[in-house]
Amino acid sequence: MNLFPQLIDTRPWRRAVDDGLNWVVRHWGGTFEAAAYPLLVLLKAIEDLLIATPWWMIIALLTGIAWLATRRWQLPAIVLGSLLFLGVMDLWKDAMTTMALMIAATLTAIFISIPVGVWMSRSFRLRQCVTPILDLMQTLPSFVYLIPTVMIFGPGKIPALIATIVYAAPPLVRLTDLGLRSVDPSVMEASRAFGTNPRQRLFGVQIPLALPTILAGVNQTTMMALSMVVIASMIGAGGLGYQVLQGIGRLEVSRGLFAGLGIVALAIVFDRITQAFGRQLQARIGMQEVR
Amino acid sequence: MSDIHGKTDLAIAMRGVTKIFGPDPEAALALLRAGKSKAEVQAETNHVVGLDNVSLDIAAGQIFVVMGLSGSGKSTLIRHVNRLIEPTAGEILVHGTDVLKMSLNELRTYRRTKVAMVFQKFGLLPHRSVIDNVAYGLEVRGVGRKERLETAAKWIETVGLAGYEHSRTRQLSGGQQQRVGLARALAMDADIILMDEAFSALDPLIRAGMQDELITLQKSLNKTILFITHDFDEALKIGDRIAVLKDGALQQEGKPEDIVLRPANEHIEEFVRQVNKARAIHVRSIMERGATEPCEQSVSMDARCEDVLPLFAEHQWVGVVDADGKQIGRVTAKQVIKALARHTPGVG
Repeated sequence: MNLFPQLIDTRPWRRAVDDGLNWVVRHWGGTFEAAAYPLLVLLKAIEDLLIATPWWMIIALLTGIAWLATRRWQLPAIVLGSLLFLGVMDLWKDAMTTMALMIAATLTAIFISIPVGVWMSRSFRLRQCVTPILDLMQTLPSFVYLIPTVMIFGPGKIPALIATIVYAAPPLVRLTDLGLRSVDPSVMEASRAFGTNPRQRLFGVQIPLALPTILAGVNQTTMMALSMVVIASMIGAGGLGYQVLQGIGRLEVSRGLFAGLGIVALAIVFDRITQAFGRQLQARIGMQEVR
Repeated sequence: MSDIHGKTDLAIAMRGVTKIFGPDPEAALALLRAGKSKAEVQAETNHVVGLDNVSLDIAAGQIFVVMGLSGSGKSTLIRHVNRLIEPTAGEILVHGTDVLKMSLNELRTYRRTKVAMVFQKFGLLPHRSVIDNVAYGLEVRGVGRKERLETAAKWIETVGLAGYEHSRTRQLSGGQQQRVGLARALAMDADIILMDEAFSALDPLIRAGMQDELITLQKSLNKTILFITHDFDEALKIGDRIAVLKDGALQQEGKPEDIVLRPANEHIEEFVRQVNKARAIHVRSIMERGATEPCEQSVSMDARCEDVLPLFAEHQWVGVVDADGKQIGRVTAKQVIKALARHTPGVG
């Protein structure tokens, strides 16, 4: 047989990693759980609010937002149709649970990613360090970090949320960094010539001009968060993902199919709304009307 | 050094300003000081010489034009005045204060109050309306909202953009955008205005109009304007004094007619050959001085040859009067023709 020669014995390494994780779980598990508690509170609050709100109010709200984003009838119609589908298919409560997970993950990702992106845009060295980490976060199969997170936090909503954030945050970091760095240098120079300090340039020039790109990052983050819901439901996130999982487990194709289409409906609603806002913003900055 | 500190009527004084772009400018500077040329330094060290030992005195209240082709270092030069670029060596004094010794905070205060700048690519903020753009410098300075909008509205009116206050800058034409840029600089009410190829991106007709407006504005505001251009005609039209740069080194500095009548070298002569000399030469530099018989027609001593040429259709000679209206000399058609012909190659 064609075997790769054993150059060194890697078993001690494996053992060290396994023992290390066990040690962390035993000694630091409680601390980690306490540290992640605010995330749980956020998620629960959003979920409770979404479930307690009457269905017609949520439909009216999202359809209204869709109208504000485009001022045309097409997008509100699509949003209305997608949400009615969720209700008719008896998926409303699961959809709200999934929506809560997605919103909580996106909010946390915004909270972390935008400052990291800002920092990256200013330091070449930091960008060199962070970029491979982002690559790792996006390409490492999620089960690889899902299992240690479950070991530390126990199955439930917290590891699901953390796994979703890890997977969904990188595009927002990248697009924030890109957006800030591609602001027209002549505008930045003009701002500098007027005696602005770095904070005034960041909030007065860079972020407003990079906002369309940052919003594209938020859009990417919501989409990636939604694509994690099936995996997240394996460790106790519930929601539409759990329905898909049950459908597969019981070989009920219809249950899996309708829950899957429910996820698609949610994705369409949030994708189209954030994109429409991005276009509106771009038009306001006037990127499209260069004479 | 003390002599420059003493002269307070100088708005800007530059002494031996040298800028070398690259990772190790000091090594390249040593080569340059040892007498190597810009091309040699670049070949040996791969460092680009932006400015080579430039010294300039810019008196307060004049339009000082720095002229040069692209790559001559003129845009680098103007950015030294507000320290958007740090020199490798040299000294820059603005109203007697050493700009290079300022701390970061002092530098920001200096940029917020003493120098305003107009850019070739306008550098407007596309997410703000015209009036908010014009008020930007005042906002950075910390002026209250009501006051800065009032000031901005006044300057928008002055540059002829009344009615566009709430437009987005991208909706305006190039000429209108540069008016916004000009209004933004003027609203700062700074003593010094730096204009980096401010009119180069504009159509010729609009450019001529903007030049006239700048001259008119300068007469009423009496600012010190440092104006960068690659267009010799523009330099002659608006400049009280002109400096010519080539390869980062100063070639000649003087009044427009000094440069047209006595070009210092081949390079400048080449420019002069292309230029409309009637615009460059002032009547006072070719007139015959002294009391003459009273004239039928007279012009100001600040008039240029192009202004008096049409008068010769009706008159043999034209009187020249000073600012008080007293006749100080006269100029004949022959003198004007001689001045214009003298420097045309193959004739004089």
